[in-house]
Amino acid sequence: MNVQAINELVQADRVHRAVYTDPPLFELELDRIFGRAWLLLGHESQVRRAGDFFTTRMGRESVIVTRHRDGTVRVLVNRCAHRGARVCEAAEGNATELVCAYHGWTYDTAGCLVGLPLPGGYDRPAGESVGGGLARAARVDSYRGFLFASLAERGPTLVEFLGPLRASFDDFVERAPDGEVEVAGGVFKHVYQGNWKLVLENHNDTVHPAFVHASSIWAARRQPAVESGAYAEIGVRQMLQNGAPWEVWESTGLWTAGYGHSWMADYHDDRRLVAALDHPAFTEYRAALERRLGRDGAARVLGELRWNSIVYPNCSFMSQFRQLRIVHPIAVDRTVVHAYSFKLKGAPERMFHDTIAFSNVVNGTASPVLTDDLEVYERTQEGLSAQRSDWVFLGRGHGHDVPDGAGVLRGGSGTSEIHIRNQLAAWLEYMTAES
Amino acid sequence: MSAAIDFELRSEIEHFLYHEAGLLDQGRLDEWLGLFTDDATYWIPLQADQTDPLSTSSIVYDDRRLLEVRVRQFQHPRAHARVPMPRTVHQVGNMQIVDADARGVHVSSSLVLVEYRRERQRVWGARVEHRLRRTGDGLRIAAKRIDLVNSEAELDGIVCLF
Repeated sequence: MNVQAINELVQADRVHRAVYTDPPLFELELDRIFGRAWLLLGHESQVRRAGDFFTTRMGRESVIVTRHRDGTVRVLVNRCAHRGARVCEAAEGNATELVCAYHGWTYDTAGCLVGLPLPGGYDRPAGESVGGGLARAARVDSYRGFLFASLAERGPTLVEFLGPLRASFDDFVERAPDGEVEVAGGVFKHVYQGNWKLVLENHNDTVHPAFVHASSIWAARRQPAVESGAYAEIGVRQMLQNGAPWEVWESTGLWTAGYGHSWMADYHDDRRLVAALDHPAFTEYRAALERRLGRDGAARVLGELRWNSIVYPNCSFMSQFRQLRIVHPIAVDRTVVHAYSFKLKGAPERMFHDTIAFSNVVNGTASPVLTDDLEVYERTQEGLSAQRSDWVFLGRGHGHDVPDGAGVLRGGSGTSEIHIRNQLAAWLEYMTAES
Repeated sequence: MSAAIDFELRSEIEHFLYHEAGLLDQGRLDEWLGLFTDDATYWIPLQADQTDPLSTSSIVYDDRRLLEVRVRQFQHPRAHARVPMPRTVHQVGNMQIVDADARGVHVSSSLVLVEYRRERQRVWGARVEHRLRRTGDGLRIAAKRIDLVNSEAELDGIVCLF
């Protein structure tokens, strides 16, 4: 598809269904979006010591993220330089060498070829013929402990790419009494038969909860009051919160920035949701935060009310509730999402129990909430395959965006589809740029 | 425990497990919920050999309150992922009594569940542990743990009850 044809797919307030359903376009996305953008791969706490590694994907590509003995983080393509087998099958671990199962080619944690059988059997050193070892991500960087990589040699720096969205990561980390967070508590891995964009377009969609989640809202409303501090409290509160009146959603803040990023804020607060503010664990947590930041500093951090932040094109996270989701595009109509929880270092263990309870109800594979989202993604994908109607309408709030600082727009209301239009504008930019 | 008593106990527990499976297969979810004690937990761990439901995420970790919400959700006409309710066959086998006393029975079993919904059939395999308590109303489930063999896999949404 040429540039002009791609340009016609995304218009001011509508997008062509091919963007979600066309296999050749999907292949082009892997090259032009997932092959270029900074992708969030994980967090430094997953590779704390030399030799620590985990595997993940960049687009459809399997990669190994390692902590090399020199202390740097490396991102290696999980494909033997010899005959192409994956060299690492484990999800995580610690190793000094990666040995290919097929012919024993051996790499260090920087991806350099350090051994192979029968090295004399080549007309020049085998390492030279294969570029020294495993292919690598062209650029690796981190922000506040979150690891990113890009497969493209050139492009914006990570700081330029994140722009004002950095504040969401700052919020994530600043909430920790010790100023540090770590991945903990297991990874949910859920799949849906739909395009990768559907999940990113849903997370800041504030009109969907009343409809998609009608049944869990209804079921929670019929639940007799759950006593404060009980395990069920967080889950029930979250289901109820999805049923907030339209005024709440309309007054929610929705901001967009360059490269397709967006964030939602001024929606939830701790009174509505997580630990009741009078809970002893929360009092202890606040005191620990005040020891580092002072009373005003702690109040400022706790007063920041960010809900979902979207790091386009592969991540969505909740700084306030320590949840981070990485989106893996598998096929034009198949997507995998990995959902991680984070622990606030220096906070009471009870705070993390709340994070886990929250994770189970919003990201759990059998969650009363998430399962309805997945169902609707699949119905959307099926609907979009209909050929009699080509356009997806994204007009809500169009023409009412409000400039709010350099490169930042705020939706005219919290129910605007500004975040989706912004993602598709970034999509078009990636897809039509020649390099 | 004498062989004769053992046989009687096994029959009683087998009957209970088959009854429970039947309630699920027939969609009699309120009656199924009624089998649980008020302080019951219903747990599907995320990780193999997971020991802790509070510091590690679970595919399901419901106390009785959350389980009530989960069951009630099926009644809503716009429970998109649950209406129509999946049709299931729960095949319970390999039952072993781990421990038993006057207060209750700890029993392990294996479960093969065939689920059909929206033109799609899925098969689940799990090791199951019941902690049953003797109450004035008969045997009740105080804790049920279901270890899916593929709990750590990349999975589509799960709505059926195990």
